[in-house]
Amino acid sequence: MAAVMPAPAASRLLLSGNEAVARAVWEAGVKVAAAYPGTPSTEMLEVISTYPDLYAEWSVNEKVSLEVAIGAAYAGSRSFCCMKHVGMNVASDALMTLTLTGVIGGLVIAIADDVGLSSSQNEQDSRYWGRFAHLPVFEPADSQEAHAMTLQAYELSEQFQVPVILRMTTRINHVKSLVTTGERVAHAGAGFKKEPGRFVMVPGNACKRIPLMFKRDGELRALAETSPLNFIEHGSDRRVGFIASGPAYMHVKESFPNAPVLKLGFSCPVPFEKCRELAALVDQVVVVEEVEPLIVTELKAQGLKVLGKEILPLQGELSPNVLKPAIARLLGEPLPAPQAVVPLQVFPRPPTMCVACPHLGVYYTLSQVRNLNISGDIGCYTLGAGHPWNALDTCVSMGASMGVALGMDKGRGEADKDKRVVAVIGDSTFLHMGMQGLLDMVYNKGNVTVLLLDNRAVGMTGGQDNPGNGRDIHGDEAPRVDFAKLVSALGVKEERIHKVNPYELPVLFKTIREEVKVPEVSVIITDQPCVLIKDYHKLKPFEVIDDRCTGCGNCIDVGCPAIHVTRRGKEVKASGKEVDLAFVRIESSVCTGCGLCVQPCAPKAIVHYAPVSPIKLVSKGCGA
Amino acid sequence: MSENTNILVVGIGGQGVMTATEILAEAAIAMGHDAKKTEVAGMAQRGGVVSSHLRFGQRVLSPQITPGTADVLLGFESAEAMRWQHMLRPGGITLMNTARLVPPVVELGLFDYPDDPLGEIRKSGNKVVAFDATSIAQQLGDIRLGNTVMLGAIADHLPFPAETLLDCVLKRFQRKGEKLVELNRQAFAAGRAAVGTAEAVAA
Ligand code: SF4
Ligand code: SF4
Repeated sequence: MAAVMPAPAASRLLLSGNEAVARAVWEAGVKVAAAYPGTPSTEMLEVISTYPDLYAEWSVNEKVSLEVAIGAAYAGSRSFCCMKHVGMNVASDALMTLTLTGVIGGLVIAIADDVGLSSSQNEQDSRYWGRFAHLPVFEPADSQEAHAMTLQAYELSEQFQVPVILRMTTRINHVKSLVTTGERVAHAGAGFKKEPGRFVMVPGNACKRIPLMFKRDGELRALAETSPLNFIEHGSDRRVGFIASGPAYMHVKESFPNAPVLKLGFSCPVPFEKCRELAALVDQVVVVEEVEPLIVTELKAQGLKVLGKEILPLQGELSPNVLKPAIARLLGEPLPAPQAVVPLQVFPRPPTMCVACPHLGVYYTLSQVRNLNISGDIGCYTLGAGHPWNALDTCVSMGASMGVALGMDKGRGEADKDKRVVAVIGDSTFLHMGMQGLLDMVYNKGNVTVLLLDNRAVGMTGGQDNPGNGRDIHGDEAPRVDFAKLVSALGVKEERIHKVNPYELPVLFKTIREEVKVPEVSVIITDQPCVLIKDYHKLKPFEVIDDRCTGCGNCIDVGCPAIHVTRRGKEVKASGKEVDLAFVRIESSVCTGCGLCVQPCAPKAIVHYAPVSPIKLVSKGCGA
Repeated sequence: MSENTNILVVGIGGQGVMTATEILAEAAIAMGHDAKKTEVAGMAQRGGVVSSHLRFGQRVLSPQITPGTADVLLGFESAEAMRWQHMLRPGGITLMNTARLVPPVVELGLFDYPDDPLGEIRKSGNKVVAFDATSIAQQLGDIRLGNTVMLGAIADHLPFPAETLLDCVLKRFQRKGEKLVELNRQAFAAGRAAVGTAEAVAA
């Protein structure tokens, strides 16, 4: 995907926060960078992989990516690792020991918090990891700061031999703004020097490192007090002063240009003296933070009189129109005028699976099989929970479909006695965290049918490569995992492993129906590429012959976005039952000819599209 | 501090909303402005709602446009243009493509697509200019030119010359050959003209 290119020359560039960090990582002379893709962090590594002179990889999960970065840092080289907020839950096992060993070469861990939940299963505040792991946290407020702070984080990391957390949020990761960039400065790695007392964390060694960690805490706090990353802007309106970090600072400045503000760029450990200094300037202090009331709680414990989530929302993104009314209320001022227009009511437009997505057939089939409890996972196929399939009953965290399915099987109640348990997981997700769950399921004799949807990509984040598709981060050839052999090695019986083409609905239906009846672990592997990656090849498109369409609507249940209803009607059956009819057309210009919708169409009204004249292509549709 | 220009570009995933906004941002930067661009797009690639914010001026702080403060709303799709009306400031203007992209939830009969989004916007009292950017692009031979048609449409509603924006559009296609550059030049001009005539008719 990402061929290595010469980096653009230093200049003023319009960069997203992710691109700015990537650029700074390269400029800092980093040698090794690793990540597992996850919104909103993905682009950091994607961009890094295009730069020369460093090693970049997609790891199978965040813990492994951190371990790779740790190894490089132990060897004295600068290294980098990034992840989305939930990724740190996975990586935290390594993090909590890393904080004791520290590093030799600089190590920066960028964590992207999906504040406002654009595509995550929860909202969490990664600043806690700074407290939990006793690590310094930097919080940029825009792309320029993201760039500068990344460079400074490497300096701090090497000065204190401590990894530094760069906490970002969606509004930093994905906002583009101007950045003045520089050039790469090479850093020669010193090579690994054996120091077992420090790098072998057996209890005897670890207990000697813990006091050093606390000593480091104190030194870092002293540094935060004087760091230019934490500064007070005095302002003229002294009624309310603000303490803010990250994008919250921008919203404060926008909303209250004349108010005193303490901006925390180096926000952990909290510089208490600086906070007292601000408090002395103003009548009241409001701490503005996304997401959790974290700093405010620490300040209260210090005896400072400060406000936070008492007046600000506990969830979601902050913005001027959240801050202004809250402060107006605090000051007893009239609320700002309501918005000019009340939103007009329009239907919801939830995300859908792509035209011809190989998962469509799987969910269509699952929606046709009765008596299933379906345990789902993270990825595009989570969309199977939506219309028209409604074929997903749980989704917890990456890889959890396996364990949850086993639990649903073992813990079944009277009501579920005759239900079959199905687990659905994608290829990358399976490699990330699913393998262990499947092993557990086999070992403990579960009765679960696993659908392993191999679409040869991390689909949801944009089709990144993984060990399942035989390409590395640069799109170069790499060893490709054989899923049938892999699940067999985990103990699934040969006769319970099936490879099925997800576009062949009758075979898929038959295989699922048969396997759910067998009271042991089965794995059904579907193997067709995601439509967004280069392995996917379009076929001849289809169209609907108007006068053959009976309006049964079966094809709509497949859920392909290329199928549209032209008109609706009603029909009274011989039995006297009234049924709804929906007549359809196919947007042939986007149909890829996958053939899915053709199969449930009894009157054979869907046929290959025969262009008559270019005019026929004209239809209201994609705006490109 | 609100001398910033706020432009909201809306549509659905896959229409090129983010690219269009980025080109607008490049044009603003070329004029010496500070600029910030952001999206509100959950899983945008999958046909969901996309709204892309552009703010530019001497110094931009918050990247998001506060509801009720957008100067121009560039709508790539009818219902989406309607959905975001509350973002406009009084006197702000909507430039909208009349194309209707009907989502699966409507096909399934769970919700209705508004019969007359343009009429609804007019009823709300906001200024709006509507034109069929999709047809214009198709007539030029490629539906993907719709993006450039939309940029042509906004070109005369910016606080800088249309030519600066055109330059930024064409720069994107320079490596892909003279033919594409020419097609995009035509698409841009067609978008500009379409808004001109639509406005003349409306007046
Ligand atoms: S399944 Fe066939 S007959 Fe039924 S609505 Fe679809 S196209 Fe028409
Ligand atoms: S054949 Fe049917 S299901 Fe497949 S892409 Fe075309 S319209 Fe969609």
